[in-house]
Amino acid sequence: MSMGLLRLLRGNKASAPVARERLQILLAHERGLRGQPDLLGVLREEILAVVSRHVTLDPTKVIVRLDRGDEVSTLEVDIEVPNDFERKRAAAG
Amino acid sequence: MAKVLVVTSGKGGVGKTTTTAALGAALAQRGEKVVVVDFDVGLRNLDLVMGAERRVVFDLINVVQGVAKLPQALIKDKRLENLWLLPASQTRDKDALTEEGVGKVIDDLRSRFDWVICDSPAGIERGASMAMRFADEAVIVTNPEVSSVRDSDRIIGMLDSKTVRAEKGERVEKHILITRYDPSRAARGEMLTIDDILEILATPLLGIIPESQDVLRASNVGTPVTLSNAEGAPARAYIDAARRLCGETIAMQVPTERKGFMDRLLRRRAA
Repeated sequence: MSMGLLRLLRGNKASAPVARERLQILLAHERGLRGQPDLLGVLREEILAVVSRHVTLDPTKVIVRLDRGDEVSTLEVDIEVPNDFERKRAAAG
Repeated sequence: MAKVLVVTSGKGGVGKTTTTAALGAALAQRGEKVVVVDFDVGLRNLDLVMGAERRVVFDLINVVQGVAKLPQALIKDKRLENLWLLPASQTRDKDALTEEGVGKVIDDLRSRFDWVICDSPAGIERGASMAMRFADEAVIVTNPEVSSVRDSDRIIGMLDSKTVRAEKGERVEKHILITRYDPSRAARGEMLTIDDILEILATPLLGIIPESQDVLRASNVGTPVTLSNAEGAPARAYIDAARRLCGETIAMQVPTERKGFMDRLLRRRAA
């Protein structure tokens, strides 16, 4: 079966417009950051620094997710704090 | 007035070395005095593509460090009177490329040649930044593919900020050269089109080199593609690009393979 017919049957659409759109979004973002400090990177560092002042962080229990969007970006910092930490702290205080 | 031209891309494997050899040969054929300089320290290949791999005695780093004089390291092309090669070192570390040392060598080359074409290594590390550092013009080799276009954009940013010209408030004249282009795939929406790439990169086009077997065949035998099959589609595209670099205005087109009657007949029977 020819490739063209195969594509027609599968209903695949041209992929070049997708490539073009992804590039335009990505490059608009990257150009904006060029020569500037990476704000989300700085936030991540500082948040972790503040938390680790109070809790001993287990690096394997820290999950950082970053989603750069068109209008807004989200930085999600998920830190697992052991429960006995609170009790120990109450006992000490 | 000598011109220093860097052939760069960010991404590897897009055709920088092929382009350096082809443009160098095309310019030399026009009577320009040309030197092609390999900046890929540790991974030199321009010597191989130019067919001069067995004639390398001294290299760029030897000259930078003063171990050899420039004329000792320059290798004269056996086919073209006006074409020379300055190879990269295969053994030294790329940190041996000091800015001061490279600057002196480039100045010396400027006084001897019309064109100094610097073949950049891939990446954005020292070798790549040294190759573009003293450039007056840049050819950014780009494949119609997302990772190549993204890296080209990054390199354009570096050309506009990290070159001597940029730091003096002048500009490096930039040109996009699209390689490995397949017009039929672009027409079917399978490949970024020329217009897509130019719109995204906002940089003028120097030429379109079609995907062709000629390119591999040329590197196999160590001959710039403009010499190995001057009538072939990639050779004609590179020759046009060289003419545009010299300031000529030539209509932009994607050269296609010229197929004779027998060619077509044989192909049809083979298929």
